[in-house]
Amino acid sequence: MKYLDEFRDPELAGALLDRISRLVTEAGGTREKPLYIMEICGGHTHAIFRYGLDRMVPEGLEFIHGPGCPVCVLPMSRVDDCVDIAEREGVIFCTFGDAMRVPGTRKSLMQARAEGCDIRMVYSPLDALALARRHPDREVVFFGLGFETTMPATAVTLLRAHGEGVRNFTLFCNHVLVPPPIRALLSDPDMRIDGFVGPGHVSMVIGNAPYNFVADVFGKPLVVAGFEPLDLLQAVAMVLQQIVDGRAQIENQYARIVPENGNPAALKAIDTVFEVRASFDWRGLGEIENSGVKIRDAFRDFDAEVRFCVGYALGEASGREPEGCRCGDVIKGQIKPLACPKYGVECRPEHPLGALMVSSEGACAAYFQYGGERPAA
Amino acid sequence: MCLGIPAQIVAISDPDHCMGMVDISGVRREADLTCVAGDNLDDLVGAWVLVHVGFAMSIIDEDEARTTLELLAALGDAEAELAAMRDSQVSLEASQ
Ligand code: SF4
Repeated sequence: MKYLDEFRDPELAGALLDRISRLVTEAGGTREKPLYIMEICGGHTHAIFRYGLDRMVPEGLEFIHGPGCPVCVLPMSRVDDCVDIAEREGVIFCTFGDAMRVPGTRKSLMQARAEGCDIRMVYSPLDALALARRHPDREVVFFGLGFETTMPATAVTLLRAHGEGVRNFTLFCNHVLVPPPIRALLSDPDMRIDGFVGPGHVSMVIGNAPYNFVADVFGKPLVVAGFEPLDLLQAVAMVLQQIVDGRAQIENQYARIVPENGNPAALKAIDTVFEVRASFDWRGLGEIENSGVKIRDAFRDFDAEVRFCVGYALGEASGREPEGCRCGDVIKGQIKPLACPKYGVECRPEHPLGALMVSSEGACAAYFQYGGERPAA
Repeated sequence: MCLGIPAQIVAISDPDHCMGMVDISGVRREADLTCVAGDNLDDLVGAWVLVHVGFAMSIIDEDEARTTLELLAALGDAEAELAAMRDSQVSLEASQ
């Protein structure tokens, strides 16, 4: 195993892999009928490919790469809205760098910037607010995106703008929630998942309780995991052990970072600023009920959707996906990236067609970077 | 964005806004401490935290910080994160 010596503790990794092999056999996973474990978080997807974990585990176990990369699930229509806002007179449009290359129907933010729009890559929403203070004559818009992990940051920034009475700062809110797409995937009759590796840093904010339905309603195990390869192997073994025992519980492998009830200060900021949207569009998955948040009415002056009249403020319908793109099937685990006819041809990291090729957390880009085939036996 | 990066709090820079100066692999910037603040902000000086998009989200121990930094380096994410931080500062300065 060519990757094993990269592990912090190769011996422990070897022992965990042995244990995983035994458990897969006990649980009845075979090459023809493997067990499917979905890692929800894109950070986990990246680590699995980087360390070749998908190729180290026995053939009776397959990883399904879940929808947990916020850049990958951003629908084209929302990118179009970003470009629309950025093209308005006087706007400084601020975004995380990851989102620059996501294709929209017309263009990406990268192309819009090349054509003269004032688009700035920022590291933090606080940097966007600083720009707003510095340019009172310009409209500064922050493109807020991410799961529950980054939501507290945008919420606290908005509260600060509100407190200071900054009038030229708005947020284009694209924050989405992790539990609703899991529910949607589990409700899909075509979907076969035997267990989940849960996201570490989302859970650090929301705690473990929001996943209870995975065990209680759908009878599947979920283990919240850290990002070290050893964390991931251990979490996989914990999921398998539950399957073997016939249990379905929410367990926490990452207790050193994830408190049972999440982070109260972060949750309070989120709740003050945001409320759940009736529905939000996910690239590849479509509209999912209660899966995103929007800015509460009390803060509507800071809502870019309202100020620029875009997105759901227009009652917009879902945007279409690029022709021939199979991102949706990859996110649902129905095909591997290599089965997409665009893979490596029209769709490559330098010019992505689908969103899964944009960020290193996307399954297709990870395949491309590290290779996704098992070595010949 | 999602993985965050470990940093050490070196000073409280703006107690009214719960802001501190953090050191991230030698790069210094202000970070918001709202989500990790206890009763006394000054107690945080010297602590290691996980910073996501400019916000300290979790207190970690030094070993965890070191392991996480190594992991991020292996994934190529540490450099990307630091570059994003520097570029962000550059764009702020350029607009002054
Ligand atoms: S190869 Fe490109 S178009 Fe095909 S599923 Fe992957 S990201 Fe989507």
